[in-house]
Amino acid sequence: MMEFFAEHGNELVIKTWEHFYISLAAMLLGVIVAVPLGVLLSRVPKLADRLISFVGILQTIPSLAILAFFIPIVGIGKIPAILALFFYSLLPILRNTYIGVRDVDQGVVEAGKGMGMSNWQSVLKMELPLSLPVIMAGIRLSTVYLIGWAALAAFIGGGGLGDFIFDGLNLYQPSLILAGTIPATILAVIADRSLALLESKLTPEGLKDSYEAA
Amino acid sequence: MLQFNHVFKTYSDGTSAVKDLNLKINKGEFVCFIGPSGCGKTTTMKMVNRLIDITEGSILVDDKDIKDQDAVELRRSMGYVIQQIGLMPHMTIKENIVLVGTLLKWSKERKDERARELLKLVNMPEEYLDKYPHELSGGQQQRIGVLRALAVNPPLILMDEPFGALDPITRDSLQEEFKKLQKELNKTIIFVTHDMDEALKLADKVVIMRDGEVVQADTPEEILRHPANEFVEEFLGRDRLIQGKPDVTTVGQIMESSPVTAQTGATLKSAISTMRDRHVDSLLVVDSNNVLQGYIDIEAMNLNYKKANIVDDLMETDVFSVSGESLLRDTVHKILRRGAAYVPVVDEAYHLEGIVTRATLANLVYDTIWGDGKELEEKVAAAE
Repeated sequence: MMEFFAEHGNELVIKTWEHFYISLAAMLLGVIVAVPLGVLLSRVPKLADRLISFVGILQTIPSLAILAFFIPIVGIGKIPAILALFFYSLLPILRNTYIGVRDVDQGVVEAGKGMGMSNWQSVLKMELPLSLPVIMAGIRLSTVYLIGWAALAAFIGGGGLGDFIFDGLNLYQPSLILAGTIPATILAVIADRSLALLESKLTPEGLKDSYEAA
Repeated sequence: MLQFNHVFKTYSDGTSAVKDLNLKINKGEFVCFIGPSGCGKTTTMKMVNRLIDITEGSILVDDKDIKDQDAVELRRSMGYVIQQIGLMPHMTIKENIVLVGTLLKWSKERKDERARELLKLVNMPEEYLDKYPHELSGGQQQRIGVLRALAVNPPLILMDEPFGALDPITRDSLQEEFKKLQKELNKTIIFVTHDMDEALKLADKVVIMRDGEVVQADTPEEILRHPANEFVEEFLGRDRLIQGKPDVTTVGQIMESSPVTAQTGATLKSAISTMRDRHVDSLLVVDSNNVLQGYIDIEAMNLNYKKANIVDDLMETDVFSVSGESLLRDTVHKILRRGAAYVPVVDEAYHLEGIVTRATLANLVYDTIWGDGKELEEKVAAAE
C-alpha cells in the first residue's frame, strides 16, 4: 500500500484533479446551455417534448461511440473529452429545468404577470427560484454520471482517473484499477454532497419550510 | 373611468368569447361581472389588463386606449387579484405585499412603510410581515392578495373570483371587509364571480353575461325588480326574486291602511271601549284633520286613570313614524332595533296613512316562505 503511494502518489493527485475538472467543465457547460434552453422550451411545450425525446435518443448512443465520433471533428485530448461529456450532461439538466419551470404554480405565474412582471422578471424572480430544487436535482444527477463517464476520457487522451483503470486492465494490475475507481467514487460522493449543500443554500427560505411542512 | 367600445374577442379557431361589448364604468363603482361558465366574463376582465388581447374594438381607461400603452406598465397601474391567490411562496408577506413597488423600484423605506400601513387595513399584526405565505390560512393569504393589489394605490382593481376558493364563513367576512375597504378607498372594482349572492351583496352594478354578450347591466335592486328576460330570472332564481322583495317593497305597499285611532279630545272612557272592541292595547291619536299627534297605551291609562279625563292628557307625543315611500328593508330594521310593536305611516304633512305592525311583518315572512300563495291556490283550483 505504502509502496503504491510512493510510486503513484503524485500521479494519483494529478489524475484525480484532471478527472475532477473535466467533469466539472462538462457539467458547467451543460448548465450554461441546458438551463436557458429548458426555460425557453417551457414557453413552447409542443416543441419541447419533441426536442427532449431527441436529446434522449442522443443519450442512448454508447459513450465510447460518441468519443470515437468526436475524434475526426475535434481531435483528441481534453477538449473533445469535455465536449463529449457535455452532451451527456444535457439531458438530465434540460429535462429537469423544463419540467421544473413548467410545473411552477400557474396561479403564481399569472399573478406575477398580471401585476406587471416583464418576461425577464418572471423568469428570474419567480420561475427559476421556484423550480430551483428540481433543476438542482437534475444537475446533481448529471454530475454523478459525468464523474463516472469521465473515466472514458482516457480513451481519447483526455487523462483523468481513467488512465489508471485502462493501465490496470492492460497490465492486469488490479491495484491500478482500484486506484482509478476508488478516487472516482469518492469524487462522485463529494460532488453530490456539496451540490446538495449548495442546493439548500440556494433554495429560497419560504420554499424550504413549505417542503418540511408538506 | 373605464369604457368598453364595441369590444370583440374571437379566438383563432373561430369561437367568439365576447361579442360587441359596450359598457361604461364610473370612478368608484363596484362592478360585478356574472354569468355561467364560458360566458366571457373572465375574458372581458383579462382584456382590461391585456392578459388577453382584444380582437376588435377598444377599451379606454381614463380616456386612454389601453392598446397604446405598454402592457407591462399598464398592468402595474392596476390591481389584480385572482382566485388561486398566487402569492409568491418564496417571498415573505412583506415582499409579497409590495411586489409591484419592487417592480417600480421603490426605496426600501417606502416599501416597508407601505407594507405596514396596508397590513393595518386588514387588522393583521405586524409580525406577519416576516412570515411566509404557507404559514397563513387561506383567508389570511387572500387578504394579503388583496393588499398586494392595493400596494401602489391603483385607482382600478381587477378581481377574478377572488373569494371563490374560500370556505363560506371566511368568504363572508372577507366580502364584508372588502366592501368596507372599497368604500373607504374609493376604488373602481371589476369583480368577476359566478356567485349571485356575492354579486348582489357587493356590487353597485351587476353585469350579467351570456355567450359573450351582456344580457343586463344594472343596479342589484333594479335587476331584482325588473329582470330583463327569462334567462336573468332563471339565473337569479325564484327564491332570490321573492327574497329580493323586501329590498324594493315600500312601506306603503304592505301597511294596514285603517289603523285604530282616537281623536284628540276624546274621553278616556271612549278610548278604552275602542281598545276593547278592536282588541288592541294602544291607540294612535289624531286630530280632526287626521294629523298624527301621538299615541296612548293601556298601561299609561291604567296608571293615570284617576288624574286625567281626555286622551290628550296621557298621550305620548314622541312618536316614531315612517313615510309610505320609504323602503321596507329600512323600516324592518328600525322596528326591530327599536323594539317597537308597530310603526305609524304618515305622509309629508303627518297625515296618518296606515300602520305597520309586527303581524304585518310576520305575514310578509310567511309569503316569503310559502311564495305569495298563488301557487298553492293554483294547485287547489286544479284539484277542484
